Order: sequence, then structure tokens, then C-alpha cells
Amino acid sequence: MDLSTTYLGLKLKNPIVASASPLSRSMESMHRLEDAGTSAIVMHSLFEEQIIHEAESLDHYKSAGTESYAEALTYFPDTGDYHFAPEEYLELVAKAANKLEIPIIASMNGITPGGWTSYAKKMVEAGASALELNVYYIPTDGTMAGVDVENRYSDVLKEVRGAVKIPVAVKLSPFFSSIPNVAQRLVSEGADGLVFFNRFYQPDIDLEELDVKPGVELSNSYANRLPMRWIGILFGKTKASLAATSGVHTAEDVLKLTMVGADVTMMCSALLMHGPEYIGKVLKDLERWMQEHEYESIEQMKGSLSHKSIADPSAYERANYMKALNRYKLLA
Amino acid sequence: MSDANNGRVKVTIDGNEAAAYVAHKLNEVIAIYPITPSSNMGEWADEWSAQGRKNLWGTIPQIVEMQSEGGAAGAVHGALQAGALSCTFTASQGLLLMIPNMFKIAGELTSTVFHIAARTVATHALSIFGDHGDVMATRQCGWGMLAANSVQETMDLALIAYASTFESRVPFIHFFDGFRTSHEVMKIEQLSDADISAMVDDEMIRKIRERALTPEHPVLRGSAQNPDVFFQAREAANLYYDAVPGIVQKAMDKFKQIVGREYKLFDYVGAPDADRVIIMMGSGAETAHETVEYLTEKGEKVGLLKVRLYRPFSIEHFVKALPATIKNIAVLDRTKESGSTGEPMYLDVVTALSESFAAGKAPFKVMPRVIGGRYGLSSKEFTPTMVKAVFDEMKKPQPKNHFTVGINDDVSHTSLTYDPNFSVERDDVVRAIFYGLGADGTVGANKNSIKIIGEDTDNYAQGYFVYDSKKSGSTTTSHLRFGPRPIHSIYLIDRASFVACHQWFFLEKFDVLQSAIPGSTFLLNSLYGKDEVWDHLPRHIQKQLIDKKMKLYVIDAYEVAKKTGMGSRVNTIMQTCFFAISGVLPKDEAIKAIKYSIQKTYGRKGESVVQKNYEAVDQTLANLFEVKIPSSVTSKIEMPPVVSDKAPDFVKKVTAMIIAGNGEQLPVSAMPVDGTFPTGTAQWEKRNIALEIPVWETDICIQCNKCAMVCPHAAIRTKVYDSAKLASAPATYKSMDYKGSEYKGMKYTIQVAPEDCTGCTLCVEVCPAKSKKEAKVKAINMKPQPPLREQEKANYEFFLALPEVDRRNVKADSVKGSQFFLPLFEYSGACSGCGETPYIKLASQLFGDRMLVANATGCTSIYGGNLPTTPWTKNSDQRGPAWSNSLFEDNAEFGLGMRLTVDKLNEMAKEYVTLLSTDIGVDLATALIDAVQRDEATIYEQRERVKILKDKLAVIKKPEAKRLLSIADNLVKRSVWIMGGDGWAYDIGYGGLDHVLASGKNVNVLVLDTEVYSNTGGQMSKSTNRGAVAKFAAAGKPTAKKDLSLMAMMYNNVYVARVAMGANDAQTVRAFIEAEAYNGPSIIIAYSHCIAHGIDMARGMTNQKIAVETGYFPLFRYNPELIKEGKNPFKLDSKAPKGALSEFTSLETRFNVLTKSNPDRAKELLKLAEGDVKVRWAIYEQFAHEGSDVQKPASN
Repeated sequence: MDLSTTYLGLKLKNPIVASASPLSRSMESMHRLEDAGTSAIVMHSLFEEQIIHEAESLDHYKSAGTESYAEALTYFPDTGDYHFAPEEYLELVAKAANKLEIPIIASMNGITPGGWTSYAKKMVEAGASALELNVYYIPTDGTMAGVDVENRYSDVLKEVRGAVKIPVAVKLSPFFSSIPNVAQRLVSEGADGLVFFNRFYQPDIDLEELDVKPGVELSNSYANRLPMRWIGILFGKTKASLAATSGVHTAEDVLKLTMVGADVTMMCSALLMHGPEYIGKVLKDLERWMQEHEYESIEQMKGSLSHKSIADPSAYERANYMKALNRYKLLA
Repeated sequence: MSDANNGRVKVTIDGNEAAAYVAHKLNEVIAIYPITPSSNMGEWADEWSAQGRKNLWGTIPQIVEMQSEGGAAGAVHGALQAGALSCTFTASQGLLLMIPNMFKIAGELTSTVFHIAARTVATHALSIFGDHGDVMATRQCGWGMLAANSVQETMDLALIAYASTFESRVPFIHFFDGFRTSHEVMKIEQLSDADISAMVDDEMIRKIRERALTPEHPVLRGSAQNPDVFFQAREAANLYYDAVPGIVQKAMDKFKQIVGREYKLFDYVGAPDADRVIIMMGSGAETAHETVEYLTEKGEKVGLLKVRLYRPFSIEHFVKALPATIKNIAVLDRTKESGSTGEPMYLDVVTALSESFAAGKAPFKVMPRVIGGRYGLSSKEFTPTMVKAVFDEMKKPQPKNHFTVGINDDVSHTSLTYDPNFSVERDDVVRAIFYGLGADGTVGANKNSIKIIGEDTDNYAQGYFVYDSKKSGSTTTSHLRFGPRPIHSIYLIDRASFVACHQWFFLEKFDVLQSAIPGSTFLLNSLYGKDEVWDHLPRHIQKQLIDKKMKLYVIDAYEVAKKTGMGSRVNTIMQTCFFAISGVLPKDEAIKAIKYSIQKTYGRKGESVVQKNYEAVDQTLANLFEVKIPSSVTSKIEMPPVVSDKAPDFVKKVTAMIIAGNGEQLPVSAMPVDGTFPTGTAQWEKRNIALEIPVWETDICIQCNKCAMVCPHAAIRTKVYDSAKLASAPATYKSMDYKGSEYKGMKYTIQVAPEDCTGCTLCVEVCPAKSKKEAKVKAINMKPQPPLREQEKANYEFFLALPEVDRRNVKADSVKGSQFFLPLFEYSGACSGCGETPYIKLASQLFGDRMLVANATGCTSIYGGNLPTTPWTKNSDQRGPAWSNSLFEDNAEFGLGMRLTVDKLNEMAKEYVTLLSTDIGVDLATALIDAVQRDEATIYEQRERVKILKDKLAVIKKPEAKRLLSIADNLVKRSVWIMGGDGWAYDIGYGGLDHVLASGKNVNVLVLDTEVYSNTGGQMSKSTNRGAVAKFAAAGKPTAKKDLSLMAMMYNNVYVARVAMGANDAQTVRAFIEAEAYNGPSIIIAYSHCIAHGIDMARGMTNQKIAVETGYFPLFRYNPELIKEGKNPFKLDSKAPKGALSEFTSLETRFNVLTKSNPDRAKELLKLAEGDVKVRWAIYEQFAHEGSDVQKPASN
């Protein structure tokens, strides 16, 4: 049975990729991911803020209150050279690329073009096989039009694209007016792959403190319905690789997403819940299902249930809503 | 020799670095302990070893921080005995603590050098500044003493001291003046390894190893001897001392051969046929040198003898160094020895002259006349005009002996007068003064400029920096000289060719142009542009600009800083301005040098920091403008009075002078004779340093009083009062109905002290009340201060005048109630957002009117007792805390002494009351003796009884009545508080603290636990947590924090509490009340966030909360009283640790910095620290659940 797939031009041994998560923060857990069977690792993100502000903030706090009072002209010893997050990140990419057999996809998270994107080149030098660009942007300004948000994606992509030759994927927000149009634009501007979707962490309210608290909720399988629809719609209409992330928990999830057209399915929450070894179980289940249903390869099923491949494409469209609504009425 | 310079390079460093450089090259074991101004030497040594820097023999010196200077000396003594090359660094009381070991080390003829940044020894007051009081107190120890007068000499003589001690076996003190040399930045030539190696003979080192204690060749050293032989043995080493002067001179001669600089045991400069000679040592000798050169050029027959080897004092070398023509000698001592026939060096000189003259060995035919004088105590300025005054005095037929110079002694008339206009400074020296704030980076930028000029040009450069004694909003004055010749002007600049004022508000605070010479340049950081600025300048500034024909340049540095992302740090911008207009370097060259220096300074901190600074440099030039100075003075802006006219006389006459920077002008008669000062003076120093102040919203406030509780400066207060009082309230004064039942019908106000607030925002941070319409609006919100100042000033005055609440009716054991008590600790100079002072203020509110405070040296004693103004104050009955600081190491004992006295006087008073009971009435006597005094009401009753008693005693004619009258106040309950930081409680004072806790006496110990020696700049203490980076723990502290609370608890009968106000303020208040109520020893360990943690101080209380939540600092109270009730005395006041320890440590730079400098070690130490948290919690939990085995009845 052939589980292999191609993503961003990289030949991968199966369609399960470990997506950006804390598991890629140490070599130990990355080894475990590889041993469990992941076909590639998307590293945790290096944030624009880390590149820009970390050094400044350390400088600020180390020098606060200095040269003010004769007995305490400084408060910290000079501890020599510092390893800031970007350097640590690059070191880890280099180690991972060197020690692991599977491809390493480095990830960058930022919202403005600028100096920080020069780290893309350093990531390539460190040995990354591809880059994933995560533009985590929440517009709050009413004067900002949808196209302005799209331009941000585009600007960051162009800057990174201009700096490196390796494949670049863009992780998208699900909140564009026309996802196919954005996808088309980004691909025309050099994106080799699209990742569906960024899970924006939704804020929560603390009623006692009257405060907004950031909350991190792990996903469940239901969350893959959103990427499922849009990958299904885009399959066959773009030359870019398509990756599904959000809600990939079981072999069934992998199968469904592959059938709508995903080249790879990326796991995060499931691995955080069950550990890296869980990939092995999903792969076994995947093989078993394919055997039971007499599939020969992943490529064979890829896109078989996509928008363009199914008899009733309206299932992906407005009609889907009507059907769902009717079903709800019946249940009620 | 590898090249002409033997590998030497020019460096721009201070005296401490110069000494530490040589020490680190020539030692293997270095024992250290922080004390100003020598701490930096230990810091350098620790940093270099942490970075892997090796000594001359290729090994990394081991650095060990000890618990005190006594401990450091002991460790060095042991290391030396075991055969290592070992040294230490210290000053002042620290050196005095080393004396017992120094006698031993010398008695055992052991080679070592102690490097001393000579500092004043505390007498009537502590002083961190420089004089020879400390080194002179060790002259009897049998050590060689070498005095270095400048930064270059500090490095050179350090090496000569090592070469001499290695050969002679006599240990050496190598000393230089604290601050004036230890902190003066100078361009010097750094000795190379080749130089050092050439001076130190391996054979000497081999002999040192041979003498080491070793089981292979065992010997016994340190025996006890009897009258039969001790004396002889003491004399046995005489020949070694006799040899020292020759050995030192030989080392100096060898040094000259290798390096080129020449030194003699006694260096004479001046006219070869001088008739008047000054003899002195230390940095003042540089000034005297400069003056002598000037005067001899003018034809005066004067000279200077610099004493370099003070001990052993070689009479032979001394007299040979003097010109035969000499008729008058003045010996200048930088110390005072009350009651002596003269200061130490004066006595040495008199003896030396007398002996040599009697023996016929003197070069002169007639015995010269010798006078002695004191100068420069506590870094008092010593200038050429004072040198001239001494020479002039020698000319007089009847010169003053035992004179002083540099002060106005209008009491015993010892002082010499001098001409304020005399100067010897040459025109080709650039002399620049910069006024800045600590926070704006002025000093850092100037240090950088000195390095640029010193290292990139042939010019010589000097920088000296003056700081005020405040830890928030402090003012700095930088004095920079650049010139073509070595600089001997070791005094502040009083004739400036360039003045820069980096803060606009200084214009109305100081006369910044006072020292500007005609034709000089003034650079001003101004909110106003070149066309508007003139109209906003105060009158005295305008006048001087015109009269002195000065040039004026302005820049809005804050605007440039804002635009270029520099925040409030205007350092790089103002530095660029200086280079652009001073002409010290060609402009382009200067800009290039600044940028290179930025790259060097900030390169390691990240590219973005570098870029930001580059941008600031470029933007500066476009925003710097020259102002055309009009021909007449137009301003009506005058400098406001320093203190209010309502201030007491002492404050107006003395304190105000010191505040205004004119303390130098105060005569001796203005000073208290015994160091006793009035309290309540901080209220008169209105500092106005807050850019924003809290503003109260009555419709949101829930009257919790938390804002007042956390205010480090007592600048936000609450009060309840009768509504009728509002009749005369200012129009903008705010009030609301009191919400609780206890003061029903009364009014409530939260009021800010606008001129005393530092703008730290802690009150806003803890305010729990949010607007129901807009959550970001709290009951307290920060608003710009300037437009509110006058209005709130009037409101605050009105608020203060409202009557205080009756203490008897306040529910003291609650956060809310405690904050209705008047703070008797207010407006201190502590850091903005200080984590310590809220605890002290709380104690002052609860017990201040009957409180005696013994305060260990440290932050608490500085913001608590450093002039000009002090925060301890009095209530309207004129009662308040009486405060004193003894030493760093003995504070617990000091406090115990207070307690013993209080108890004794109370006992005696009761004895007299009994004796006089028929005279004063049996009922009153019984009531006085049996008074319970358990709360405010019962204490009030006792005070009333004492008042009656005193009235009666006044008319009783018995001597016992008079005696009782003088101690009757002791019948009222006293509260003795022993306060200090963790450096005191965990380290240097621990032995005494332990003893005092074991005494069973009723003292209250408050440990302000910042987990470092905060006052001296954040050195590690035993309270420092594992994994934290601190000075002396540059690689992160490898061991866990000592649990002082558990140690104290093991006594059974000690009340112990761990508190963190930011985590649980109610528990904090309860702990204070319980501790004070407990009739035995109590200790409160109060977690205090600190600027030395590298945190956002505005979030200090939140950090405290997270520290407690994550188990970093669990809270408990152990109350032995509960044992009597059969209850578990241990009450755990915090919940089981929640979340990872890293949730706390990641908030603080002291931990983060290690993750950046040594990530692997950081991970390892954090893991161990997580283990510490678990173990500590398990122990506490066990006590809480099961009680402890130590719950035996207390037995004192």
C-alpha cells in the first residue's frame, strides 16, 4: 500500500504531518514524532515580536534603574553573549535538519513586512526544507478594507518569496470574503502551498475580574469541517499544495480531508492530548481502513470527493446550508 | 618584550576595574562580599571567572561570595594557609571586620594583597564616600600599605604590591580613594600579561607553595603562646619588616624598567629648593601635584611629597625625599582621629623628622615647622585653591595647626579660608558638565563618550559622576574633562566650557549655568523650538546666557527619542549633540565613532537595538538648532523657593540648603553635634517627579483601601470624616458617603499627594473596581500631573488638615481599617514602585506612635535615613517612630538592646510607681502597673494614666518622683522593630538574628526579602533562588534559597510569617498584627519585588501574586500562641502550587537572562528549582495538615 504524497514538492512517506506546536520545541519530542511516523514536521513559529522585541526588552529591563544611584550603578552582571529566540530557533532547525530524516518546515509568524523576514533566509541556511508563513492578523480598524488585510498577506509573502528559493506555504485565515480569490492571488505571488486554516484563539471573559482572558482550547474532529469545505472547493483549481490543519484527530479525519483534496493533513491537538506516538495508531488505522476498502494509495483517493469531483457540487455551497437547516428542523 | 609597548593597550576604565584586573590575573581563590564602593571589584572578578577568563597561569580563579567581610577574610586566610594565591576587596566597615584576620595573616607572614576602595567609617552618620578612615584603622595590623592616587596608579601599584608581598612575605593593603578613584573613569595604559609576568618571579610562588599547610609535610601554625615566649616570637619577624621598603622600591624600579612609569616610596614634586612642602597620599595628591606645578611655574618655592608606601614607614627614605631647603611642612590627613594629638600621618611625620634630626640623618640644618590638617572627609571636594590655602598658611608666622580645609568651621575655628576664584585649569582642556536624570541614560552616554575620546584619539579623558541619594527620579551630574596631557584635576568642574541640561525642569531647580565660563556653550533638551525657547527660560538662565556671551543650542530630545523608538532614553541623542557642537572631534568622525560604539555596546543585545540607536543618531543632527540670544533679559520666571515657608526652621535653614545642592556652604555650626536629626522632613521636599498621577473616580470606588495599602510612598491616602468638614473644601475636592456601617453617615475620600507621588501606578494595578460601562476605567486612573498639580495640591492640603480617625474605633486587622491609620513613613526616596516600603509604611501605620526601629544598613536605611530628607515622621501628637541604624551586621542585636532597655525602664518605672503609690494614689498606681495594653483603646487609656501621673509627679518633691518622671513614658507599651533586607537577615546578620530569635524577647523582625543585596546593586544572598542571575552569581545561583522561616520556626516559640502583599494583603495585615501582639520574638519575611529583579515595576504586585500561586513563595503563619490553645500553630495561607514555576520565572529578567546567556544551565537549574518548590510545599503541607513535631509548649 502506498501512503506517500507530495507536499510543496517534497515527497513525503505518508499524509500525516506534525503541525506547528510545542512538540517541535525540543529534539527529544521531534525524535519521538519521527519515530512515530510523521512524514514531516512544521516547526513551532518564530514570531516577528520575538525577533524585534526580545533583545530590546532584555536590554530595557537589564538597564532599568541603572546609573541613577551611587551604590547600585547596575543591577545585573554582564553575562556575556546572549542567545535570543531567533538564534535558538535557527540552532534547533539546524539540529533537526541534521538529525532527522524527514523534512523540516520552518514557520514564521508575523503581520508586517520588515527586517524580521530576513530570518527566512537564515532558516534556509539552517536546513529548512520549506517555510510556512503564518500571518496571524486580526483587523480592528474600521477603515481597513478586506483588501488591505489581503495586502498584508501578500506583502509579507512577497518579501519572503524574494529572499528564498525553497517552497513557501501560507497559512490562511478562514475569515476572507473570497477564499478562492485570496488563494489565487497568493499562489500567483509565489505561494507553493496553502494551509487551511489558522485557528485563531478566541478570547474568553473572566466575569469576576471583568477581564478578557486569552484561552487555548484544543480542537476536536468537528473543527476539520471548515478546512474540508475549502480544500474541497479549491482542489484542482490551483497548482499549490493544499494542507489541512485543525481537527485532524483520527484516520477517518485524514481520509475525509484527503478525499476532498488535501495533500497533507496536519495534527496538533491530538498529539498534545495523546503524545507523539499517537501518529502510529492513526497510520495503522489508516492502512487498515484502506485495506478494508481496497484502496491502493493515497494519491488514488486524493480529491475524489472534492467540489469538482462530486455529482452534486452544491453540497459545498449554499445548498449545503439549506440541507443542514432542514435537517435541524426535522430534529427539532 | 614583544613590541615597544610590551603588548600594552590604552583602556578607559575606573579604579575598581584597574585593581580587579591585576587581582584576577594573580590569584587563584578570591573571596568577596559587597560593600560600596568596592563591590565592583568583586563583580568584575565574578564576571570574568564566569566568562572563563584565566589568570596569568592559565587557570580560572575561583570566586566565592561569603556571608560578610569577616567571612571573606577568614576564607582568604584559610586559602592562603592551604597554599593558594588569594585576595579580597573591601572598604570601610568591611575592612574593619577583617582586622582580626589581618593581624593573623600578618603575624604568619603570609603573602596577599587586599584591595581597598578607601571609604569613610560610619560615626555620627554612615557615608558611602571616600576618605582614609578605614585604612588608617588598620595601620596597626602589620600590613604593608600602598596608596594609589589615580586610576593608572591603582593598576600599577596593585602589581607592585603583589611583587612586594610575594618577595617580602608581608601582606599588603593596596588602597585608593573610594569613588574619587574607584569610580573615576580615566584613560590609562593597561598592563599586559608580559608586564605582569615579568614582575612576578615563579620562584616566589614556589616558596609560597612550600609554606602551605599540607599533610605531606605537616606543621602547626596558629598556636597559643604564654608570657614566656609570645613577646620574643612577636619580635622575631622584625627583619622581614625592615626589608619591606627596599623590596618595594626594588619592585618599583623593576616596574620602571619594564613599563617605564617611575614610582618611589616617597615621590617628591615641585621646586628642588622648596621651603614649603605638603605631605599627603591619595587622590588629593594629584590635585596638589597640579597646583604645585602651577605655583612653581609662578616662582613659588613649594613642593609636594606623595607618600606611596605608608607602612612600613621608612624614615630613611622619607627624609631623603625631602628637599634640604625645607622650612615648613603641612601634613594632610584624609581622616579624623578625635582626641589624638594629631592625625595619623601627621604623627608619623613628626616622629620621623624628630628621630632623623636627633640622629643627625636629616638633610636640613634646622628642624622644619610641621602643621597637620584634615581635608576631604567623605569625598569632600579638595581643590587647587585649598592646596594654595595650605601653602599660604605655612607662610604665616603663627599658622594654624590641626586645621581643616574645605569647610567653614565656625565652631572651633579650625578651617582655613580660601579664594573661590583661584584656578589652575588650562584653557586647552575641554571641561563639560551634564545634568541628567538617572533614568534618561545621561551617565551611560557620558561614559561612552569618554571611551570614544579616550580610545579613538590621542586626548586624555576623565569622567566623574555625582548622583543624588534618591532611588527614584534621581539627578546625575557628569563631569568630563578631555585634554592633550594626563589629567591631574581630581575635583569637580567649577569652570565649564560646555554645559548640557538634559531635563527642562532642572532649570527651575538648580542654577545649571553657575559653573559656565564666558564664551561657553549651553545645550538644552527643550520642549520648545529655537524660536520659542527664549520666552520660557527662567530669568537667571537668560541673564547668564547674555552676561557670559554664551552659545545656546536646543533639541527636543524626547520627541526624537519617541520617533526613533528610544522611549524615554535620550542618552544617544544628547551624546550626539555633544559631539556635534563641542568640537572635541570632527563631526563626521564623531558620528562614525558613536555608531561604532553603539555596535560595540548593543551588538550583543540584538540588531534591532543597534538600528534604533543608529536612527536616533541620524535624526539628532536634523533636530539640533542654535538659538540666537537676544540682548536683554525678558523673563519673569524666577526659581521657586526650595521648601515651603511653613517648614520648620531647621528645614528652612539646613535641609533646604542640602536639597538645593548647596550643602557645601553649610558651616559646622549648622550641623547637629551627635548625628541627631528631626524626623518628618520628607514632607518638605516636593519632588514632582511623576509624569502622571492617580485620579479617583467616586462612582466606581468600592472603598477597599487597597490603593493606599500598596502605595510605596504614602502618596495616596484615605480618610473618613464628618461631612460638616466639607464646608470649607476646595471646589475640586472629591468625597463620597462612607459605605460601611462602622462610619455610617460620614464621608470618605481617597486623595493623592500630587507632588510626592512617583507615578509608579501600583495603586491602579491593584484597584479591583472597574467601571460597569467601560472595564478599562478603574476607580483609580492615571492622568498627567502638570495640569492637576495646583488643584490637587490644595486638595491634599485640605485632606491632611482633616482630623485623623480615632484609632480606638478602627478595625485594625483588616486591609481597609489599617489604611485609615496615618502613615508615619512617607514620601521616601525609594525606587518608584518599590516592593519594600509598603510593608514599612504598614508597620508605621499600625504601631508607629509607639515604635522603636533598629534598621540594618541597606536600601531600608538609605531611603529611611539618607539626607537631605527622611521619611519617618510624627503624628499630630508629635509621636512617631524613633529610628536608628547601627551597622549592617549587628542590627538584630541593636534592636534587642532597645528591647532590653524598654523592658528595664518599664520595670524601673513600675518599681517607682509602687514606691510612690501613696503619693500618686493607689488606684492610679495599680492601674498603671496592671494595665493590659492589648489594643488601641487600652493603650490610649494607659497614655491617659501616664499623663495624670506626670502631672502629679511634677509637684512631688521626692527624688524618686523626678527619676520616675524621666522614664514614665516607658509605662506605655513600646513596639520594637528590627528591619532589614535579606543580605542582613540571611547572611551577614544571621548569627545575631538567630541569637535574638532564641532570646525569647519581644522583638519584631521585618525582613524585606528581595532575594538580593538590592542597595549595592543586586548581589546574590542566601535568599537568592536557584537559577536566578545576580551579581556574584553571574552564571545563575546553583543552590536553593535558604528557608529562614523554617529555621526560625524550629525554635517553637518564635512567631513566623511569610507574607506577600501583592498575593494576599489581608494575610499581610493579620501577620503584622499577630507578630506585634505576640509577647516573644517574631519574624515576618516579606516578599518584596525589586528593580534588581529586572521587572516591570508597575506590575510588581502581580508578580508577587504569581510568585505565590506557582509555589515560588508560599505564605504561612506560625503562631506559638495557638499551641497553648491546643491548636496547630502552623497555618498555610496559600494554595497548592498552580501552573509551572516558569509562569513566574519567565516574568523576571533575573531568570530570563540565564535562558539567553546559558540556555542549558537555565533549563537544568529551573528543573531543580521546580523540585525545590515541590519539596518546600510538601514540608509546609505536612505541617499544615498534621501539625509539626515541634508543637511542644513554648519555653523561653
